[in-house]
Amino acid sequence: MKRNKINERLVEILLRVSASASVLAIIIITFFIFYKGIPLLAKVGIIDFLFNLNWNPTKGSFGIGAMVIGSLAVTLSSLIWSVPLGIMTAILMAEIAPPKFSGILSRLVELLAGIPSVVYGFFGLIVIVPMIRNYLGGVGLSVLAGAIVLGIMILPTIINISRDAINAVPEEYKVNSLALGATHYQSISRVILPAARSGIITAIVLGLGRAIGETMAVLMVTGNSAVIPDSLLSPVRTMTSNIVLEMGYAAGDHQAALFATGTVLFVFIVILNLAVSISMKAGTEDGN
Amino acid sequence: MGTKGKEKIITVLFWFSALIIIAILVGIIGYIVVKGISAISWDFITQPPSRAGKEGGISTTIIGTIYLTLVAMILAVPFGVGAALYLEEYGRKNTRFGYALKLTAETLAGIPSIVYGLFGFVFFVIFLNMGWSILSGGLTLAIMILPTITRTAQEAVIAVPQEYRSNSFALGATKWYTIKRLILPAAAPGIVTGIILSIGRAVGESAAVILTAGSSLGMPLNITDPARTMAVHLYILAMEGISMERAFGTALLIIVLIVIINYLANLSLRKLARQ
Repeated sequence: MKRNKINERLVEILLRVSASASVLAIIIITFFIFYKGIPLLAKVGIIDFLFNLNWNPTKGSFGIGAMVIGSLAVTLSSLIWSVPLGIMTAILMAEIAPPKFSGILSRLVELLAGIPSVVYGFFGLIVIVPMIRNYLGGVGLSVLAGAIVLGIMILPTIINISRDAINAVPEEYKVNSLALGATHYQSISRVILPAARSGIITAIVLGLGRAIGETMAVLMVTGNSAVIPDSLLSPVRTMTSNIVLEMGYAAGDHQAALFATGTVLFVFIVILNLAVSISMKAGTEDGN
Repeated sequence: MGTKGKEKIITVLFWFSALIIIAILVGIIGYIVVKGISAISWDFITQPPSRAGKEGGISTTIIGTIYLTLVAMILAVPFGVGAALYLEEYGRKNTRFGYALKLTAETLAGIPSIVYGLFGFVFFVIFLNMGWSILSGGLTLAIMILPTITRTAQEAVIAVPQEYRSNSFALGATKWYTIKRLILPAAAPGIVTGIILSIGRAVGESAAVILTAGSSLGMPLNITDPARTMAVHLYILAMEGISMERAFGTALLIIVLIVIINYLANLSLRKLARQ
Protein backbone atom coordinates (compact mmCIF):
# COMPACT_ATOMS: atom_id res chain seq x y z
CA MET A 1 0.00 0.00 0.00
CA LYS A 2 2.78 2.39 0.88
CA ARG A 3 4.59 1.58 -2.36
CA ASN A 4 1.41 2.36 -4.21
CA LYS A 5 1.28 5.80 -2.68
CA ILE A 6 4.85 6.53 -3.66
CA ASN A 7 4.08 5.41 -7.20
CA GLU A 8 1.08 7.70 -7.39
CA ARG A 9 3.12 10.63 -6.20
CA LEU A 10 5.91 9.85 -8.68
CA VAL A 11 3.47 9.74 -11.60
CA GLU A 12 2.01 13.09 -10.58
CA ILE A 13 5.47 14.64 -10.46
CA LEU A 14 6.37 13.20 -13.88
CA LEU A 15 3.17 14.54 -15.41
CA ARG A 16 3.76 17.92 -13.82
CA VAL A 17 7.23 17.97 -15.35
CA SER A 18 5.83 17.25 -18.82
CA ALA A 19 3.28 19.99 -18.35
CA SER A 20 6.07 22.40 -17.53
CA ALA A 21 8.04 21.45 -20.66
CA SER A 22 6.20 23.88 -22.89
CA VAL A 23 6.69 26.70 -20.40
CA LEU A 24 10.38 25.88 -20.22
CA ALA A 25 10.54 25.77 -24.02
CA ILE A 26 9.05 29.21 -24.42
CA ILE A 27 11.41 30.66 -21.81
CA ILE A 28 14.47 29.22 -23.56
CA ILE A 29 13.21 30.27 -27.00
CA THR A 30 12.56 33.83 -25.83
CA PHE A 31 15.92 34.01 -24.10
CA PHE A 32 17.97 32.80 -27.06
CA ILE A 33 16.09 34.79 -29.70
CA PHE A 34 16.59 37.96 -27.61
CA TYR A 35 20.16 37.12 -26.66
CA LYS A 36 21.15 36.83 -30.33
CA GLY A 37 19.05 39.71 -31.61
CA ILE A 38 19.00 42.46 -28.97
CA PRO A 39 22.72 43.47 -29.04
CA LEU A 40 22.57 44.40 -32.71
CA LEU A 41 19.19 46.12 -32.27
CA ALA A 42 20.76 48.19 -29.47
CA LYS A 43 23.82 48.99 -31.56
CA VAL A 44 21.92 50.05 -34.70
CA GLY A 45 18.91 51.46 -32.87
CA ILE A 46 15.47 49.91 -33.28
CA ILE A 47 14.07 52.81 -35.32
CA ASP A 48 16.98 52.78 -37.75
CA PHE A 49 16.87 48.99 -38.01
CA LEU A 50 13.16 48.93 -38.86
CA PHE A 51 12.90 51.97 -41.12
CA ASN A 52 16.28 52.39 -42.80
CA LEU A 53 15.87 51.22 -46.38
CA ASN A 54 19.50 50.39 -46.94
CA TRP A 55 20.27 46.71 -46.36
CA ASN A 56 23.96 46.25 -47.03
CA PRO A 57 25.09 43.98 -44.21
CA THR A 58 28.60 43.30 -45.48
CA LYS A 59 29.25 47.05 -45.47
CA GLY A 60 27.78 47.65 -42.04
CA SER A 61 24.38 49.00 -43.07
CA PHE A 62 21.58 47.10 -41.37
CA GLY A 63 18.20 48.57 -42.31
CA ILE A 64 15.38 46.11 -42.94
CA GLY A 65 12.89 48.84 -44.01
CA ALA A 66 12.57 47.45 -47.53
CA MET A 67 11.85 43.97 -46.15
CA VAL A 68 9.31 45.31 -43.65
CA ILE A 69 7.51 47.01 -46.53
CA GLY A 70 7.85 43.79 -48.56
CA SER A 71 6.27 41.67 -45.82
CA LEU A 72 3.45 44.16 -45.31
CA ALA A 73 2.79 44.48 -49.06
CA VAL A 74 2.51 40.73 -49.60
CA THR A 75 0.54 40.10 -46.39
CA LEU A 76 -2.00 42.90 -46.86
CA SER A 77 -2.60 42.07 -50.52
CA SER A 78 -3.17 38.43 -49.59
CA LEU A 79 -5.74 39.44 -46.94
CA ILE A 80 -7.65 41.65 -49.41
CA TRP A 81 -8.95 38.65 -51.32
CA SER A 82 -8.73 35.78 -48.86
CA VAL A 83 -10.65 37.47 -46.01
CA PRO A 84 -13.88 38.10 -47.99
CA LEU A 85 -13.67 34.70 -49.69
CA GLY A 86 -12.96 32.94 -46.38
CA ILE A 87 -15.77 34.66 -44.49
CA MET A 88 -18.27 33.99 -47.29
CA THR A 89 -17.30 30.31 -47.28
CA ALA A 90 -17.67 30.22 -43.50
CA ILE A 91 -21.17 31.74 -43.72
CA LEU A 92 -22.10 29.25 -46.44
CA MET A 93 -20.92 26.34 -44.32
CA ALA A 94 -22.55 27.52 -41.10
CA GLU A 95 -25.85 28.96 -42.34
CA ILE A 96 -26.70 28.10 -45.92
CA ALA A 97 -25.37 24.80 -47.19
CA PRO A 98 -26.86 21.47 -46.08
CA PRO A 99 -24.77 19.92 -43.25
CA LYS A 100 -23.62 17.07 -45.47
CA PHE A 101 -22.10 19.46 -48.00
CA SER A 102 -20.55 21.55 -45.21
CA GLY A 103 -18.97 18.39 -43.84
CA ILE A 104 -17.36 17.56 -47.16
CA LEU A 105 -16.21 21.14 -47.66
CA SER A 106 -14.74 21.17 -44.17
CA ARG A 107 -12.67 18.08 -44.97
CA LEU A 108 -11.40 19.73 -48.16
CA VAL A 109 -10.43 22.81 -46.14
CA GLU A 110 -8.52 20.55 -43.72
CA LEU A 111 -6.65 19.08 -46.65
CA LEU A 112 -5.86 22.61 -47.86
CA ALA A 113 -4.44 23.33 -44.40
CA GLY A 114 -2.36 20.15 -44.51
CA ILE A 115 -0.54 20.85 -47.77
CA PRO A 116 3.01 21.95 -46.86
CA SER A 117 4.20 25.44 -47.71
CA VAL A 118 6.93 24.23 -50.11
CA VAL A 119 4.28 22.52 -52.20
CA TYR A 120 2.32 25.78 -52.39
CA GLY A 121 5.53 27.60 -53.25
CA PHE A 122 6.35 25.06 -55.93
CA PHE A 123 2.87 25.32 -57.46
CA GLY A 124 3.16 29.12 -57.38
CA LEU A 125 6.55 29.02 -59.05
CA ILE A 126 5.47 26.61 -61.78
CA VAL A 127 1.93 27.81 -62.49
CA ILE A 128 1.13 31.24 -61.02
CA VAL A 129 4.42 33.00 -61.76
CA PRO A 130 4.43 32.12 -65.50
CA MET A 131 0.75 33.08 -65.74
CA ILE A 132 1.48 36.53 -64.30
CA ARG A 133 4.49 36.91 -66.60
CA ASN A 134 2.50 35.96 -69.70
CA TYR A 135 -0.75 37.79 -69.06
CA LEU A 136 0.18 40.77 -66.90
CA GLY A 137 3.83 41.39 -67.73
CA GLY A 138 6.93 41.76 -65.61
CA VAL A 139 9.06 38.85 -64.51
CA GLY A 140 6.16 37.08 -62.78
CA LEU A 141 8.01 36.73 -59.49
CA SER A 142 6.09 39.45 -57.68
CA VAL A 143 4.01 40.81 -54.81
CA LEU A 144 0.96 39.52 -56.67
CA ALA A 145 2.30 35.95 -56.89
CA GLY A 146 3.08 36.07 -53.16
CA ALA A 147 -0.38 37.47 -52.40
CA ILE A 148 -2.11 34.70 -54.36
CA VAL A 149 -0.10 31.87 -52.77
CA LEU A 150 -0.28 33.30 -49.23
CA GLY A 151 -4.00 34.00 -49.56
CA ILE A 152 -4.64 30.33 -50.38
CA MET A 153 -2.51 29.28 -47.42
CA ILE A 154 -4.38 31.38 -44.85
CA LEU A 155 -7.87 30.53 -46.16
CA PRO A 156 -8.21 27.52 -43.80
CA THR A 157 -7.38 29.65 -40.74
CA ILE A 158 -9.93 32.29 -41.72
CA ILE A 159 -12.64 29.79 -42.69
CA ASN A 160 -12.32 27.55 -39.62
CA ILE A 161 -12.22 30.27 -36.98
CA SER A 162 -15.00 32.37 -38.57
CA ARG A 163 -17.21 29.30 -38.98
CA ASP A 164 -16.76 28.39 -35.31
CA ALA A 165 -17.63 31.97 -34.36
CA ILE A 166 -20.78 31.92 -36.49
CA ASN A 167 -21.81 28.51 -35.16
CA ALA A 168 -21.39 29.81 -31.61
CA VAL A 169 -24.07 32.49 -32.07
CA PRO A 170 -27.08 31.36 -29.99
CA GLU A 171 -29.88 29.85 -32.07
CA GLU A 172 -32.47 32.20 -30.46
CA TYR A 173 -30.86 35.23 -32.10
CA LYS A 174 -31.65 33.81 -35.49
CA VAL A 175 -35.07 32.47 -34.55
CA ASN A 176 -36.13 35.79 -33.04
CA SER A 177 -34.88 37.73 -36.02
CA LEU A 178 -36.76 35.46 -38.42
CA ALA A 179 -39.87 35.67 -36.25
CA LEU A 180 -39.76 39.46 -36.53
CA GLY A 181 -40.08 39.05 -40.27
CA ALA A 182 -36.44 39.41 -41.32
CA THR A 183 -35.31 37.34 -44.28
CA HIS A 184 -32.56 34.77 -43.90
CA TYR A 185 -29.92 37.12 -45.33
CA GLN A 186 -31.13 40.06 -43.27
CA SER A 187 -30.69 37.86 -40.19
CA ILE A 188 -27.21 36.91 -41.30
CA SER A 189 -26.02 40.44 -42.01
CA ARG A 190 -27.82 42.29 -39.19
CA VAL A 191 -27.85 39.73 -36.39
CA ILE A 192 -25.50 36.78 -36.85
CA LEU A 193 -22.44 38.55 -38.26
CA PRO A 194 -22.48 41.36 -35.66
CA ALA A 195 -22.79 38.74 -32.90
CA ALA A 196 -19.87 36.74 -34.36
CA ARG A 197 -17.80 39.88 -34.93
CA SER A 198 -15.08 39.28 -32.34
CA GLY A 199 -14.50 35.71 -33.57
CA ILE A 200 -14.24 36.89 -37.16
CA ILE A 201 -11.75 39.58 -36.16
CA THR A 202 -9.74 36.88 -34.35
CA ALA A 203 -9.75 34.85 -37.57
CA ILE A 204 -8.39 37.79 -39.56
CA VAL A 205 -5.72 38.62 -36.96
CA LEU A 206 -4.50 35.01 -36.76
CA GLY A 207 -4.52 34.81 -40.56
CA LEU A 208 -2.40 37.96 -40.67
CA GLY A 209 0.03 36.49 -38.14
CA ARG A 210 0.33 33.32 -40.15
CA ALA A 211 0.86 35.28 -43.40
CA ILE A 212 3.56 37.54 -42.04
CA GLY A 213 5.49 34.60 -40.61
CA GLU A 214 5.20 32.36 -43.66
CA THR A 215 8.55 31.77 -45.30
CA MET A 216 9.20 29.12 -47.92
CA ALA A 217 6.17 29.64 -50.15
CA VAL A 218 6.71 33.39 -50.28
CA LEU A 219 10.43 32.97 -50.83
CA MET A 220 9.77 30.79 -53.88
CA VAL A 221 7.44 33.18 -55.72
CA THR A 222 8.34 36.79 -54.90
CA GLY A 223 11.71 37.17 -56.61
CA ASN A 224 13.47 38.42 -53.49
CA SER A 225 15.01 41.69 -54.65
CA ALA A 226 15.40 43.96 -51.64
CA VAL A 227 13.74 46.97 -53.28
CA ILE A 228 10.62 48.94 -52.48
CA PRO A 229 7.82 47.50 -54.63
CA ASP A 230 6.17 50.13 -56.85
CA SER A 231 3.38 47.88 -58.12
CA LEU A 232 1.81 44.50 -57.59
CA LEU A 233 4.04 43.18 -60.35
CA SER A 234 7.36 44.20 -58.74
CA PRO A 235 9.52 41.58 -57.14
CA VAL A 236 9.92 41.98 -53.40
CA ARG A 237 11.83 40.48 -50.47
CA THR A 238 10.13 39.74 -47.15
CA MET A 239 11.73 39.64 -43.68
CA THR A 240 11.33 35.86 -43.47
CA SER A 241 12.78 35.21 -46.94
CA ASN A 242 15.77 37.36 -46.07
CA ILE A 243 16.56 35.14 -43.08
CA VAL A 244 16.57 31.90 -45.07
CA LEU A 245 18.39 33.37 -48.07
CA GLU A 246 21.29 34.80 -46.08
CA MET A 247 21.56 32.55 -43.03
CA GLY A 248 23.69 30.06 -44.94
CA TYR A 249 26.65 32.39 -45.36
CA ALA A 250 26.10 35.21 -42.85
CA ALA A 251 28.60 35.73 -40.04
CA GLY A 252 29.25 38.26 -37.27
CA ASP A 253 27.00 41.33 -37.28
CA HIS A 254 25.35 40.17 -40.50
CA GLN A 255 24.16 37.00 -38.78
CA ALA A 256 23.16 39.03 -35.73
CA ALA A 257 21.03 41.24 -37.99
CA LEU A 258 19.18 38.19 -39.28
CA PHE A 259 18.51 37.12 -35.70
CA ALA A 260 17.37 40.66 -34.93
CA THR A 261 14.88 40.29 -37.80
CA GLY A 262 13.71 37.09 -36.12
CA THR A 263 13.39 38.94 -32.81
CA VAL A 264 11.19 41.59 -34.43
CA LEU A 265 8.96 38.91 -36.00
CA PHE A 266 8.80 36.96 -32.75
CA VAL A 267 7.80 39.98 -30.65
CA PHE A 268 5.22 41.07 -33.23
CA ILE A 269 3.58 37.64 -33.46
CA VAL A 270 3.60 37.04 -29.70
CA ILE A 271 1.93 40.41 -29.07
CA LEU A 272 -0.65 39.64 -31.77
CA ASN A 273 -1.42 36.23 -30.26
CA LEU A 274 -1.52 37.42 -26.66
CA ALA A 275 -3.85 40.26 -27.66
CA VAL A 276 -6.16 37.72 -29.27
CA SER A 277 -6.16 35.27 -26.35
CA ILE A 278 -6.59 37.97 -23.72
CA SER A 279 -9.38 39.73 -25.61
CA MET A 280 -11.11 36.38 -26.13
CA LYS A 281 -10.89 35.69 -22.41
CA ALA A 282 -12.32 39.15 -21.69
CA GLY A 283 -15.04 38.44 -24.26
CA THR A 284 -16.17 35.24 -22.53
CA GLU A 285 -16.19 36.96 -19.14
CA ASP A 286 -18.42 39.72 -20.49
CA GLY A 287 -20.79 36.99 -21.52
CA ASN A 288 -20.53 37.82 -25.20
CA MET B 1 -35.54 44.09 -58.35
CA GLY B 2 -37.41 42.63 -55.38
CA THR B 3 -35.86 41.26 -52.20
CA LYS B 4 -36.38 37.73 -53.52
CA GLY B 5 -34.34 38.37 -56.66
CA LYS B 6 -31.54 39.98 -54.68
CA GLU B 7 -31.42 37.08 -52.27
CA LYS B 8 -31.12 34.65 -55.17
CA ILE B 9 -28.07 36.51 -56.45
CA ILE B 10 -26.51 36.52 -52.97
CA THR B 11 -27.08 32.76 -52.66
CA VAL B 12 -25.33 32.19 -55.98
CA LEU B 13 -22.40 34.32 -54.77
CA PHE B 14 -22.05 32.27 -51.58
CA TRP B 15 -22.03 29.00 -53.50
CA PHE B 16 -19.54 30.51 -55.89
CA SER B 17 -17.11 31.04 -52.99
CA ALA B 18 -17.23 27.32 -52.17
CA LEU B 19 -16.66 26.59 -55.83
CA ILE B 20 -13.48 28.70 -55.79
CA ILE B 21 -12.14 26.84 -52.73
CA ILE B 22 -12.82 23.46 -54.37
CA ALA B 23 -11.27 24.65 -57.65
CA ILE B 24 -8.10 25.79 -55.86
CA LEU B 25 -7.67 22.45 -54.10
CA VAL B 26 -8.49 20.31 -57.11
CA GLY B 27 -6.32 22.54 -59.31
CA ILE B 28 -3.23 22.26 -57.12
CA ILE B 29 -3.50 18.55 -56.37
CA GLY B 30 -4.62 17.64 -59.90
CA TYR B 31 -1.80 19.58 -61.53
CA ILE B 32 0.88 18.00 -59.36
CA VAL B 33 -0.57 14.50 -59.83
CA VAL B 34 -0.71 14.88 -63.62
CA LYS B 35 2.79 16.36 -63.91
CA GLY B 36 4.38 14.20 -61.23
CA ILE B 37 3.06 10.75 -61.99
CA SER B 38 5.56 10.09 -64.79
CA ALA B 39 8.50 10.80 -62.46
CA ILE B 40 7.42 8.17 -59.95
CA SER B 41 8.97 4.75 -60.28
CA TRP B 42 10.38 2.06 -58.03
CA ASP B 43 13.87 3.45 -58.66
CA PHE B 44 12.77 6.99 -57.83
CA ILE B 45 11.73 5.81 -54.36
CA THR B 46 14.55 3.36 -53.67
CA GLN B 47 17.63 4.92 -55.31
CA PRO B 48 19.75 7.64 -53.68
CA PRO B 49 20.07 10.96 -55.52
CA SER B 50 23.18 11.59 -57.59
CA ARG B 51 24.65 14.78 -59.09
CA ALA B 52 22.93 16.96 -56.44
CA GLY B 53 19.55 15.43 -57.25
CA LYS B 54 19.72 15.89 -61.03
CA GLU B 55 19.78 12.12 -61.40
CA GLY B 56 18.83 9.10 -59.35
CA GLY B 57 15.94 8.89 -56.92
CA ILE B 58 15.12 10.49 -53.59
CA SER B 59 15.55 7.55 -51.18
CA THR B 60 17.85 9.37 -48.74
CA THR B 61 15.38 12.24 -48.40
CA ILE B 62 12.52 9.80 -47.72
CA ILE B 63 14.60 8.15 -44.99
CA GLY B 64 15.59 11.60 -43.68
CA THR B 65 11.93 12.64 -43.48
CA ILE B 66 10.85 9.47 -41.66
CA TYR B 67 13.82 9.54 -39.29
CA LEU B 68 13.32 13.19 -38.36
CA THR B 69 9.56 12.79 -37.89
CA LEU B 70 10.07 9.70 -35.75
CA VAL B 71 12.56 11.45 -33.45
CA ALA B 72 10.24 14.44 -33.12
CA MET B 73 7.27 12.20 -32.25
CA ILE B 74 9.20 10.13 -29.70
CA LEU B 75 10.15 13.34 -27.94
CA ALA B 76 6.88 15.22 -28.23
CA VAL B 77 4.19 12.58 -27.66
CA PRO B 78 5.01 11.64 -24.03
CA PHE B 79 5.40 15.29 -23.03
CA GLY B 80 2.26 16.37 -24.85
CA VAL B 81 0.05 13.57 -23.52
CA GLY B 82 1.59 13.90 -20.05
CA ALA B 83 0.87 17.62 -20.02
CA ALA B 84 -2.73 17.02 -21.08
CA LEU B 85 -3.24 14.41 -18.33
CA TYR B 86 -1.72 16.68 -15.71
CA LEU B 87 -3.84 19.66 -16.74
CA GLU B 88 -7.13 17.76 -16.92
CA GLU B 89 -6.76 15.13 -14.21
CA TYR B 90 -4.41 16.58 -11.60
CA GLY B 91 -4.34 20.35 -11.92
CA ARG B 92 -7.14 22.16 -10.17
CA LYS B 93 -9.28 24.01 -12.68
CA ASN B 94 -8.69 27.71 -13.31
CA THR B 95 -5.38 27.96 -11.52
CA ARG B 96 -2.77 30.45 -12.59
CA PHE B 97 -0.47 27.59 -13.65
CA GLY B 98 -3.23 26.23 -15.88
CA TYR B 99 -3.88 29.61 -17.46
CA ALA B 100 -0.14 30.21 -17.97
CA LEU B 101 0.13 26.83 -19.69
CA LYS B 102 -2.82 27.61 -21.95
CA LEU B 103 -1.30 30.95 -22.94
CA THR B 104 2.10 29.33 -23.58
CA ALA B 105 0.56 26.63 -25.73
CA GLU B 106 -1.31 29.24 -27.79
CA THR B 107 1.82 31.36 -28.11
CA LEU B 108 3.96 28.38 -29.13
CA ALA B 109 1.38 27.46 -31.75
CA GLY B 110 1.51 30.94 -33.28
CA ILE B 111 5.28 31.35 -33.58
CA PRO B 112 6.31 31.15 -37.25
CA SER B 113 8.43 28.17 -38.24
CA ILE B 114 11.32 30.38 -39.33
CA VAL B 115 11.65 31.64 -35.73
CA TYR B 116 11.74 28.02 -34.53
CA GLY B 117 14.44 27.45 -37.12
CA LEU B 118 16.51 30.37 -35.84
CA PHE B 119 16.08 29.17 -32.27
CA GLY B 120 16.96 25.57 -33.11
CA PHE B 121 20.01 26.78 -35.00
CA VAL B 122 21.39 28.91 -32.19
CA PHE B 123 20.37 26.60 -29.33
CA PHE B 124 20.67 23.00 -30.53
CA VAL B 125 23.06 23.34 -33.47
CA ILE B 126 25.49 25.84 -31.96
CA PHE B 127 25.02 26.26 -28.20
CA LEU B 128 24.53 22.55 -27.42
CA ASN B 129 26.95 21.70 -30.20
CA MET B 130 24.70 19.11 -31.86
CA GLY B 131 25.52 20.42 -35.31
CA TRP B 132 23.12 20.14 -38.25
CA SER B 133 21.63 16.80 -37.39
CA ILE B 134 18.53 14.63 -37.09
CA LEU B 135 18.71 15.29 -33.35
CA SER B 136 18.74 19.11 -33.65
CA GLY B 137 15.97 19.01 -36.26
CA GLY B 138 13.93 16.47 -34.27
CA LEU B 139 14.15 18.50 -31.07
CA THR B 140 13.11 21.69 -32.88
CA LEU B 141 10.19 19.93 -34.57
CA ALA B 142 9.17 18.36 -31.25
CA ILE B 143 8.77 21.81 -29.68
CA MET B 144 6.79 22.96 -32.72
CA ILE B 145 4.26 20.13 -32.54
CA LEU B 146 3.98 19.99 -28.76
CA PRO B 147 1.01 22.43 -28.64
CA THR B 148 -0.99 20.40 -31.19
CA ILE B 149 -0.45 17.16 -29.33
CA THR B 150 -1.21 18.70 -25.93
CA ARG B 151 -4.39 20.41 -27.10
CA THR B 152 -5.86 17.43 -28.95
CA ALA B 153 -4.99 15.10 -26.06
CA GLN B 154 -6.63 17.55 -23.63
CA GLU B 155 -9.83 17.60 -25.68
CA ALA B 156 -9.83 13.81 -25.83
CA VAL B 157 -9.36 13.48 -22.07
CA ILE B 158 -12.08 16.05 -21.30
CA ALA B 159 -14.50 14.08 -23.48
CA VAL B 160 -14.16 10.95 -21.31
CA PRO B 161 -17.40 10.76 -19.24
CA GLN B 162 -17.06 11.76 -15.58
CA GLU B 163 -18.67 8.46 -14.40
CA TYR B 164 -15.60 6.53 -15.54
CA ARG B 165 -13.63 8.33 -12.86
CA SER B 166 -16.19 8.27 -10.06
CA ASN B 167 -17.03 4.58 -10.60
CA SER B 168 -13.38 3.63 -10.68
CA PHE B 169 -12.57 5.61 -7.53
CA ALA B 170 -15.61 4.12 -5.81
CA LEU B 171 -14.21 0.67 -6.51
CA GLY B 172 -11.04 1.71 -4.73
CA ALA B 173 -8.80 2.21 -7.76
CA THR B 174 -6.04 4.78 -7.52
CA LYS B 175 -5.87 7.82 -9.76
CA TRP B 176 -3.03 6.53 -11.94
CA TYR B 177 -4.68 3.11 -12.28
CA THR B 178 -7.87 4.84 -13.41
CA ILE B 179 -5.99 6.93 -15.94
CA LYS B 180 -4.01 3.98 -17.26
CA ARG B 181 -6.87 1.51 -17.51
CA LEU B 182 -9.89 3.69 -18.26
CA ILE B 183 -9.13 7.23 -19.33
CA LEU B 184 -6.24 6.65 -21.71
CA PRO B 185 -7.97 3.82 -23.63
CA ALA B 186 -11.15 5.88 -23.96
CA ALA B 187 -9.23 8.95 -25.10
CA ALA B 188 -6.93 7.03 -27.42
CA PRO B 189 -8.65 7.82 -30.75
CA GLY B 190 -8.54 11.55 -30.01
CA ILE B 191 -4.91 11.38 -28.95
CA VAL B 192 -4.05 9.40 -32.06
CA THR B 193 -5.76 12.03 -34.25
CA GLY B 194 -3.53 14.70 -32.73
CA ILE B 195 -0.46 12.58 -33.30
CA ILE B 196 -1.37 11.91 -36.93
CA LEU B 197 -1.97 15.62 -37.60
CA SER B 198 1.41 16.42 -36.03
CA ILE B 199 3.08 13.87 -38.28
CA GLY B 200 1.62 15.78 -41.23
CA ARG B 201 3.06 19.01 -39.93
CA ALA B 202 6.49 17.45 -39.32
CA VAL B 203 6.59 15.87 -42.78
CA GLY B 204 5.80 19.13 -44.52
CA GLU B 205 7.96 21.47 -42.45
CA SER B 206 10.86 23.06 -44.29
CA ALA B 207 11.95 26.46 -42.97
CA ALA B 208 12.75 25.17 -39.48
CA VAL B 209 14.29 21.94 -40.77
CA ILE B 210 16.68 23.50 -43.27
CA LEU B 211 18.26 25.58 -40.48
CA THR B 212 18.55 22.72 -37.98
CA ALA B 213 18.97 19.43 -39.88
CA GLY B 214 20.85 20.90 -42.81
CA SER B 215 20.47 19.82 -46.42
CA SER B 216 23.03 17.02 -46.82
CA LEU B 217 22.04 14.42 -49.39
CA GLY B 218 23.90 11.59 -47.65
CA MET B 219 22.05 8.71 -46.04
CA PRO B 220 21.44 9.60 -42.38
CA LEU B 221 22.43 6.65 -40.20
CA ASN B 222 23.21 8.12 -36.81
CA ILE B 223 21.02 10.56 -34.98
CA THR B 224 23.94 12.99 -35.16
CA ASP B 225 24.06 12.88 -38.98
CA PRO B 226 22.69 15.79 -41.00
CA ALA B 227 19.78 15.05 -43.33
CA ARG B 228 17.69 16.53 -46.09
CA THR B 229 13.93 15.99 -45.90
CA MET B 230 11.65 15.62 -48.93
CA ALA B 231 10.23 19.11 -48.38
CA VAL B 232 13.70 20.67 -48.30
CA HIS B 233 14.70 18.60 -51.33
CA LEU B 234 11.70 19.90 -53.27
CA TYR B 235 12.63 23.46 -52.35
CA ILE B 236 16.22 23.05 -53.51
CA LEU B 237 15.32 21.17 -56.71
CA ALA B 238 12.81 23.85 -57.71
CA MET B 239 14.69 26.97 -56.62
CA GLU B 240 18.01 25.97 -58.09
CA GLY B 241 16.34 24.58 -61.20
CA ILE B 242 18.14 21.25 -60.74
CA SER B 243 15.45 18.95 -62.08
CA MET B 244 11.82 19.94 -62.53
CA GLU B 245 10.82 16.35 -63.30
CA ARG B 246 12.19 15.18 -59.95
CA ALA B 247 10.69 18.20 -58.20
CA PHE B 248 7.25 17.18 -59.49
CA GLY B 249 7.84 13.61 -58.39
CA THR B 250 8.88 14.73 -54.91
CA ALA B 251 5.91 17.12 -54.63
CA LEU B 252 3.57 14.30 -55.65
CA LEU B 253 4.99 11.92 -53.03
CA ILE B 254 4.59 14.63 -50.35
CA ILE B 255 0.96 15.22 -51.42
CA VAL B 256 0.21 11.48 -51.36
CA LEU B 257 1.64 11.27 -47.84
CA ILE B 258 -0.43 14.26 -46.68
CA VAL B 259 -3.64 12.86 -48.20
CA ILE B 260 -3.05 9.51 -46.47
CA ILE B 261 -2.29 11.24 -43.17
CA ASN B 262 -5.46 13.32 -43.45
CA TYR B 263 -7.52 10.26 -44.24
CA LEU B 264 -6.13 8.38 -41.22
CA ALA B 265 -6.79 11.36 -38.94
CA ASN B 266 -10.41 11.47 -40.12
CA LEU B 267 -10.78 7.74 -39.66
CA SER B 268 -9.59 7.97 -36.08
CA LEU B 269 -11.86 10.97 -35.43
CA ARG B 270 -14.86 9.02 -36.67
CA LYS B 271 -13.93 6.16 -34.38
CA LEU B 272 -14.01 8.68 -31.53
CA ALA B 273 -17.42 9.97 -32.61
CA ARG B 274 -18.86 6.43 -32.61
CA GLN B 275 -17.89 5.81 -28.99
